[in-house]
Amino acid sequence: MAGPIRLEIVTPEKIVVNEDAQIVVAPGVLGEFGVLIGHTPFLTALKTGAVRYTDTQGAEHVVFVSGGFAEALPTKVTVLAESAERRRDIDLERARAAAERARKRLAEQRSKDEMDFIRTQAALQRALQRMKIAEKR
Amino acid sequence: MATLKDVKNKIKAVKKTKQITKAMNMVAASKLRSAQSNMEAFRPYARKFAEVLGNLAERAGEGASPLLVPREEVKKIHIVLCTSDRGLCGGFNTNLLEKAEAFMRQKSGAGVHFALTAFGRKARNWSRKTDALLADEYLGIMGTAIKFNEAATAGRKLVQSYLDGSADEVYIIYAEFLSTARQVPVLKKLLPIPPIEKAEAEAPEAAGYLPEHICEPSAAELLGEMLPRNIYVQLFSALLETSASEHAARMVAMDNATKACNDMIGNLTLAFNKARQSAITAELMDIVGGAEALKG
Repeated sequence: MAGPIRLEIVTPEKIVVNEDAQIVVAPGVLGEFGVLIGHTPFLTALKTGAVRYTDTQGAEHVVFVSGGFAEALPTKVTVLAESAERRRDIDLERARAAAERARKRLAEQRSKDEMDFIRTQAALQRALQRMKIAEKR
Repeated sequence: MATLKDVKNKIKAVKKTKQITKAMNMVAASKLRSAQSNMEAFRPYARKFAEVLGNLAERAGEGASPLLVPREEVKKIHIVLCTSDRGLCGGFNTNLLEKAEAFMRQKSGAGVHFALTAFGRKARNWSRKTDALLADEYLGIMGTAIKFNEAATAGRKLVQSYLDGSADEVYIIYAEFLSTARQVPVLKKLLPIPPIEKAEAEAPEAAGYLPEHICEPSAAELLGEMLPRNIYVQLFSALLETSASEHAARMVAMDNATKACNDMIGNLTLAFNKARQSAITAELMDIVGGAEALKG
């Protein structure tokens, strides 16, 4: 097997992940992609969703990311995200409440402010993705 | 000459004040530590962000985004002013406000309007004394653990107002944290974004890496995504710096106040002892005088 690749997931508030991985799978805006060691330099925006990676022991990890970019280099993947949480750190209650709130707002103000609408939609998306990741298994 | 009791009361009062300033000094010290660790935590993100951004900007070329293009006529100037919510931090806020005042004087002219986004109560209150329009105020977040999305929310509004033409230029004034003893008010242009310089690659080990990434979507589109975020990043870093500076300034101010209290207590104690001694001497003189008289 090829050597491990370094994965770094960084938010403005802290470094969420900094460890070696066998493979990293991330949700790019143009489709999900996987990165192994020796990847060609690659830069993409990320969708709100899950970055998955397998550590050197073979255990799989899932990390929620939103508002991010990923840069893949031959030996290293860097994810810059506005927010990122490991699965065990996701606050499921909060995500549920946020989803509820966003749905309500969408129902009320569908026609009002377009920017507001997009933002609420994004909030809903984040909440749903968090729930999806946290509830898996 | 103050009476003994007066001096005693005064000493007691100063001691109480000293207790307070000392406590504030220690609180500020501990808050400064956490503000500094927040700044520390932000650094890896900021560094990487600047690196990627510089890389992209170079490839996408100029004029890739309206945020990069300067306006020919600048009539509406938006200032983001970061101060603290509370006082008792020496000249910290005064310096920032002076900077803002000087800047406005320099820029003012026929038909120039100013708008202000105020972070911190001191900036908000100051805006009432100027002819700048208060566009936004954010109270209660300075000096606390600031969240990135607070900066992002404010940043989004700034970008929006630039794009819809209600601002032609956006500046930020904040306190740069140089050291505990030194915080400097800094003025920076946020929008239009000044030409981005290519950042140094983060480490020598990465020197072998090819800057020619494959980009998804195109480099120009990615840049368009990243530029507004760059504003949030700069805003966030300015807020973190200002918060750390505030606590540092308060720490130093309170330390000085505590020292001044000590001096004052020393002087008052001296005065007290002198007054007591002169009272005793006067009494002794009386007694001796009386005894001498009796001897006759």
